[in-house]
Amino acid sequence: MATNMTEKTKTLAGSLLNWVDQRFPLTSNIKTHLTEYYAPKNFNFWYFFGSLALMVLVLQILTGIFLTMHYKPDAELAFGSVEYIMRDVSWGWLVRYMHSTGASMFFVVVYMHMFRGIIYGSYRTPRELIWLFGVGIFLVLMGEAFFGYLLPWGQMSYWGAQVIVNLFSAVPFIGPDLSEWLRGDYLVSDATLNRFFAFHVIALPLVLLGLVMSHLIALHEVGSNNPDGVEIKEKKDKKTGIPLDGIPFHPYYTVKDLVGVSVFLIVFSSIIFFAPEMGGYFLEANNFIPADPLKTPAHIAPVWYFTPYYSILRAVPPVLNSQFPGVAAMGLSVAIFALLPWLDKGAVKSIRYRGTLYKKWLAAFVVSFLILGYLGTVPSNVWGQFGAWMGGADRATVVARVFTLIYFAFFILMPWYTKKDKTLPVPERVTGVA
Amino acid sequence: MSENLNDKQYSAEEINQEKRNFLIATSAVGAVGVAAVAVPFVSSMLPSERAKAAGAPVEVDISKIEPGAMITAEWRGQPVWIINRTEEMTAELSKHNDQLSDPMCDVVSQQPSYCKNVDRSIKPNLAVIVGICTHLGCSPIAKLQMGGDMGDNWAGGFFCPCHGSKFDLAGRVFKGSPAPINLVIPPYKYLTDNTVLIGVDMNEKV
Amino acid sequence: MKKLLLILLILPSLTSANEEAPLDKAPIDASNHHSLQRGARTFVNYCLNCHSANYMRYNRLLEIGLTEQQIKDNLLFAGEKVGDTMKVAINKTDAKKWFGATPPDLTVEVRARGADWVYTYMRGFYRDDTRPTGWNNTVYDKVAMPHVLYELQGEQEMNHETHELKLIKTGALSEEEYNTLVGDLTNYLAYMAEPAKQQRNRMGWFVLLFLGVLLVLTYKLKKAYWRDIH
Repeated sequence: MATNMTEKTKTLAGSLLNWVDQRFPLTSNIKTHLTEYYAPKNFNFWYFFGSLALMVLVLQILTGIFLTMHYKPDAELAFGSVEYIMRDVSWGWLVRYMHSTGASMFFVVVYMHMFRGIIYGSYRTPRELIWLFGVGIFLVLMGEAFFGYLLPWGQMSYWGAQVIVNLFSAVPFIGPDLSEWLRGDYLVSDATLNRFFAFHVIALPLVLLGLVMSHLIALHEVGSNNPDGVEIKEKKDKKTGIPLDGIPFHPYYTVKDLVGVSVFLIVFSSIIFFAPEMGGYFLEANNFIPADPLKTPAHIAPVWYFTPYYSILRAVPPVLNSQFPGVAAMGLSVAIFALLPWLDKGAVKSIRYRGTLYKKWLAAFVVSFLILGYLGTVPSNVWGQFGAWMGGADRATVVARVFTLIYFAFFILMPWYTKKDKTLPVPERVTGVA
Repeated sequence: MSENLNDKQYSAEEINQEKRNFLIATSAVGAVGVAAVAVPFVSSMLPSERAKAAGAPVEVDISKIEPGAMITAEWRGQPVWIINRTEEMTAELSKHNDQLSDPMCDVVSQQPSYCKNVDRSIKPNLAVIVGICTHLGCSPIAKLQMGGDMGDNWAGGFFCPCHGSKFDLAGRVFKGSPAPINLVIPPYKYLTDNTVLIGVDMNEKV
Repeated sequence: MKKLLLILLILPSLTSANEEAPLDKAPIDASNHHSLQRGARTFVNYCLNCHSANYMRYNRLLEIGLTEQQIKDNLLFAGEKVGDTMKVAINKTDAKKWFGATPPDLTVEVRARGADWVYTYMRGFYRDDTRPTGWNNTVYDKVAMPHVLYELQGEQEMNHETHELKLIKTGALSEEEYNTLVGDLTNYLAYMAEPAKQQRNRMGWFVLLFLGVLLVLTYKLKKAYWRDIH
C-alpha cells in the first residue's frame, strides 16, 4: 500500500494528490528532495551560489527562447536581427540585456560555487562524482558561451570564433581537417554560424540540463557538505534517524535562498538597467561593428570569463614550430579541476582546519587566477619589454609564464603539500549556525 | 521599539503568526514581481515596429480610375480592389438581393459600421473590397461587365476560380456559392476627393 | 590581502593601452530633445547620403518631440514613409570604388567607438595633400572620408611639430557654432545608438526600489523561520 498517501483524502485537493501519488512519485520526491532532505544547518554565504546557478540557467533558457523568436541565424541577417530585437521588438532590449548579462553572471555565480567546493573540500569522498558532474557542467557551459558569442555576428564574435576554431588546427595530424569540419567551410562563415546556433539553442542546453540533474541527484544521494567539513550523517538522532545537525531543506533553505535571490536580482538589475556593457567587459565595443572577414580588429580578447585560460594559452611558447603545447596547456588548465578529489591528500576537508602551508598555496592559486585573468584582457605588450638580458621578452608574457607555473603547481604539488600541511582538529559537531 | 522578536522568548504561536505574515507579504509582493516580469515577455510577441510599418495604412490615388474600371492596391499583404462603379452598376446592386446569402450585411464582422449598407461603401460610386474569397482564401477574378461568359443574368461582379463562389460588385456573396459570407470591406477613409487611405477607419484621426 | 585585492582592481585602469590622440568630451544629454532634433536634421542632411542607419526608423523620432508632419517635411526627401528605416541610396560597390572603403552604417557607431571619439573625429579633419581626398583626421589617420562639413567649419591645418590644429580658412559657422553643431550631431548619434536608454535608466530606479522591498520581506521571512534553529 502506498505509504505516501496523504491523510487529507476528505478534501478535493487531497484526493487529487492521492490519485497522482498512486501513479507518480510526486509526494515521495518532494519529501526526498525538499521537506525530508536534511542539509547541514551551518550553511553560509558561499552556499547561495548553487541555487543561484540553477536560477540563472532557467533565466537564460527563458530569455533565450524569446530571443530565438526574432533572431536570424544567417550571416547576412544576424547582426541586423539583434538590432531589430533592441529597437523594433516590444521590450526586446530588456530580453537581450537579460540574456547578455545573465551569461556573464552565470560565470560569476559558477566561479563562486566552484570556489566554495574548493575551500570546503566538497569534492572529497563520497562527493567525487558530484564534482565530476560539476566539471562537466563547467566545460559544457564554456562551450555554450563560446557558441552563443558568435551569434550576434559582430567583429569580436567573428574573430574570437576564428581564433578558437584555429586552435584546433594545432592538433597534430588531424588539426586542419578538424577545424574545417568544425567550421563547415574554409573560413568562419554562414555555415559555421548556423551550426553554432544549433549547438547553442538546443544541443548544449539539453546536455546542460541532463548534467545539472545528475549533479543534483548525486548530491542528494550522499548529502551536502558544510563549512566545517563535518559529516552530519555520522551523528543521527537515535529515534528518528535524522542527522542531529541537519535541518529540512524546505522550508529553511528555500526561505534562505529567497534572500540570496533578492540580492542577486538587485545586482543583476543594476547592471541591466544602468550598465549592461559593464565598461566593455559584458558587451564589447567591437561587437557593435558587423563581422568583417577581411579586417581583424587591433585587439582581440576573449570574454572576461575565458581570460585566465587564454593567458595560459598565450604564455606557452611554440615547441618544434607547433602551437599545440599552448593549446594542450589551456585544455589541461580547465580539465585538471577534475583531478582535485584525488590530488588532495589532506587530513581535513575544510579550509577552516587546514594549516598555513595549504592556505598559502590556495592564496597563490587565487592570485594567479586573477592576474592571468587580467592579463588575458590586454595585449602581451601592455607592460613593455625587458632588456636584452631577457631576450627582449614582453614583461607581461614573462609574468604570465610565472603565474601559469604557479597555477599548475597548485594542482601538481597538492598531494605533497596537503599531506605535509599541519591541520587543526576537526570538531565533532558543526559550528556557527547562520 | 517595533516588535523586535530577537529580544525575548516568544511563544510558538507568535512565531507562527510572524511566519504567516511574512509568507503572505512576500508571496503578494513576489506575485506582483512575477506579473511585472511577465509583461515584457508577453509583449515581445506582439507585432514589432517592423510588422507595424509593413502593415501601415496605404494611400491610394483614385483620380485616374476610369468609370467601370478597377485597380488593385496592397494592404497587409492582401489585394484590395478599388472599383469606380458607374451609376448603372450601383443601381444594379439593389435589384438582386433575393439571390444573395447576406444582402443586408447582417454578418457585421465583414465590414465597418459605416459600410453596413447596400453598396457597402462610404461613397456609392467607389467600392473598396479585400480581394480574398471567404471560402478558402483564393483571389477571385474580376468579371465587372454584365453578361459575357458569366451568362445573361450576370450583373457584374467577381468569380472565384478555385471552387466557383460568386460575388457582386459590392462584394456580397451569391447563394449557392461555397463561400458562406460576404467579402471583407477594410477600414478606409477619404483623405481628399482623390485619395483614399486604406487601413484607417472613417472617423479615426490619422 | 585586502590591499592586494585593491591593487588588482585598479590595475586594469592604469594600464589601458591608449595609443590614440586624447579625446575631447562630447556634450551628451539624451534629455535635451532640441539638441537631438538639430542633430537629427544635420545627420539626415549631411550624413545620410553616404552612410545608412539601417536599424533606425524615422518614426522613432516621435519620442524626441517631433511630430509626424515635421518628420515628413524636414527629414523625408526621397519618398520614404515615416515608418521606414534610414536607408541610403548610394550603391555600396560604387562607394567603395569612389572612396576606397564602403561608408559604414552609423546606427550603432557610438557604441563601437564611443561618443567622445565621434565628437573629436568630426572636429579633427585637416588639409592633407598627400591624401586622395585632400583630407586627413587626427583620430583616424588616413581616413577615406572627406570633410563633409568643411563649408561649415572651414579648413584646418596640422602643425606636424606641435600636433596642433589651426583654422586656416573660415567656414560659414564660428568655432563655437560648429562645435555646437557637432555636439548636437554626436548627441543624436549617441541617442540613435540606443534609443531605449533613457527609458531603461528610468525603469531601473523603480525596479531597484521594488527589489529593495522584496529583499526586506524575504529577509524578515527567513528570520521568522530560522528562529527555531540554534
